Amino acid sequence: MLGAKYMPGVDSTPKTDLPVLLPVKESARRGQLFCDMGGRLFLDVKPQHLVWLMLVILLWSGAAQAASKYGVVWQFQTVFKWTPFILKGFALNILISIFAMVIGTVAGAALGLMQVSLLLPVRRGSWVFTQFFRNSPWLVLLFSVMLLFPFELDLGFAVIPVPDWTKAVVGFSLPIMANISEVVRGAVVSLPSGQWESAESLAFSRRQTMWMIILPQCVKRMIPPWINWYCILTMATPLCSIMGVEESVTHTVQALNAEGDKPELLPVFYGFLLFIHFVFTYPIARYSIRLEKMYAVKI
Amino acid sequence: MLETIGPFFQKLYEGSGWNFIIFYEAYEYDRFVAAIWVSIQLIIACLAFSLVVGIVGAWAQGAKSRFIRLGMAGYIQFFRNTPPFVQLLTFYFVVGTITPQVDMGGYYEPVIGAFGWAVISLGFFAGAFNTEIFRSGIEAVPTATVEAAEALGYSRIKAYIYIILPLAFRVCLPALNNNLVNLLKTTTLAYAIAVPEMMYTANQIWSDNVNVPEMMIVLFLYYIGLVGILVWLMHRWEHNMRIPGYG
Repeated sequence: MLGAKYMPGVDSTPKTDLPVLLPVKESARRGQLFCDMGGRLFLDVKPQHLVWLMLVILLWSGAAQAASKYGVVWQFQTVFKWTPFILKGFALNILISIFAMVIGTVAGAALGLMQVSLLLPVRRGSWVFTQFFRNSPWLVLLFSVMLLFPFELDLGFAVIPVPDWTKAVVGFSLPIMANISEVVRGAVVSLPSGQWESAESLAFSRRQTMWMIILPQCVKRMIPPWINWYCILTMATPLCSIMGVEESVTHTVQALNAEGDKPELLPVFYGFLLFIHFVFTYPIARYSIRLEKMYAVKI
Repeated sequence: MLETIGPFFQKLYEGSGWNFIIFYEAYEYDRFVAAIWVSIQLIIACLAFSLVVGIVGAWAQGAKSRFIRLGMAGYIQFFRNTPPFVQLLTFYFVVGTITPQVDMGGYYEPVIGAFGWAVISLGFFAGAFNTEIFRSGIEAVPTATVEAAEALGYSRIKAYIYIILPLAFRVCLPALNNNLVNLLKTTTLAYAIAVPEMMYTANQIWSDNVNVPEMMIVLFLYYIGLVGILVWLMHRWEHNMRIPGYG
């Protein structure tokens, strides 16, 4: 227990269960820390900082693996040599993502509007359909499309081969469709009901209300999540390398094989792969955050 | 179990050609049950690890050191903006090869196997999202509440544990629910590094028995069922943790 001469808060920092009034300076500093909590920092970090960070990581991982036999310079030279090949694969990633996004958006918009239909069976049916594709793993959907779809289409007069990557497009557009459907439904539901009521009082029909009043307002709300889903889709496209589509991961692995599978090359190659994906996705993600902030206040 | 359902599926196969072999043949049935266990273990481990990463990360985001905060921001942006599949491959093939190996009496085995790397990689991936979710929850706690805690003599860490986190948790449960469902679906990626979970085992089974459509149906039902259970649990949790009049 405390001795007679001991005075808490004077001889040492206070240690007590009782409420203690902290010195002003200290408490002000602490308060600021809580207010600050990441929020401002998130804005402070500029894209170029992260690119630098990535470069440092890349260099560091290269340096860590640099064996006595193979130097860092050699590793980067090898990556540089294969860059066009890997970028060619990455172009297919982007192509797949764009096609899947277009198909997914068109189908998703239709499905989303069905979800706000006045007919109960349509509403229920489209809800079940949406939930099914939204809650299935992307990989399972991709596998089922890749394995269950034919590899060529027989039209009677001609046989059209279906390349792997087009099947991948279909496989990726299914989950995108379901999620865009939810985005559309969410946007329509999120509008204040006053919009519907005032349209009705102005003698707009339901179709007119939908096309001329509700949807134009929804577009603004849907754009940030739509871009977000595009980012998620682009980051999912490497999955199709499992099925042998010649995209960036497949090309990286092929390049590594061609170089004799040297373990020294693994960090730089995978680092480069992460780097190109990051450089593509990050600006888009930033842009969607900016749009979201821009659209946040106005209705 | 197999004795009761076996005859029905055997008859179904003979009658209609629908080959649900996992429900009538002992060997495939055992493989299937083993896969259920592995995948559930994987999911629980990933969920737990991602939650820990999220809580620690959200706390580190408010750290005093600028270095730690910058590191956290870098971590979050990196894991959010690169493909989880490539992250997994990088962890397994790059980091996995430089981790030490243990002598298992004659042969060497890495300290962290495929299962471990799947948990680490997917946990960090979902953890980056969880960090952002928890941070938004923490920001939603009114400053007055934090000040009140301070006035009562709570230290920073104590206030975080007893005041901020419990309130923030309730705010961010819906967003967390979304992210955890997403993580559950993402665990199928472990297929790529040969973790014998459901996706991987299903692939083996349809390779051996050429029953792709049947196994696809089982896979869909399995994952949608798991998502359903997780969502139900999270909703119950949300309901139980609700503070009347708050939020």
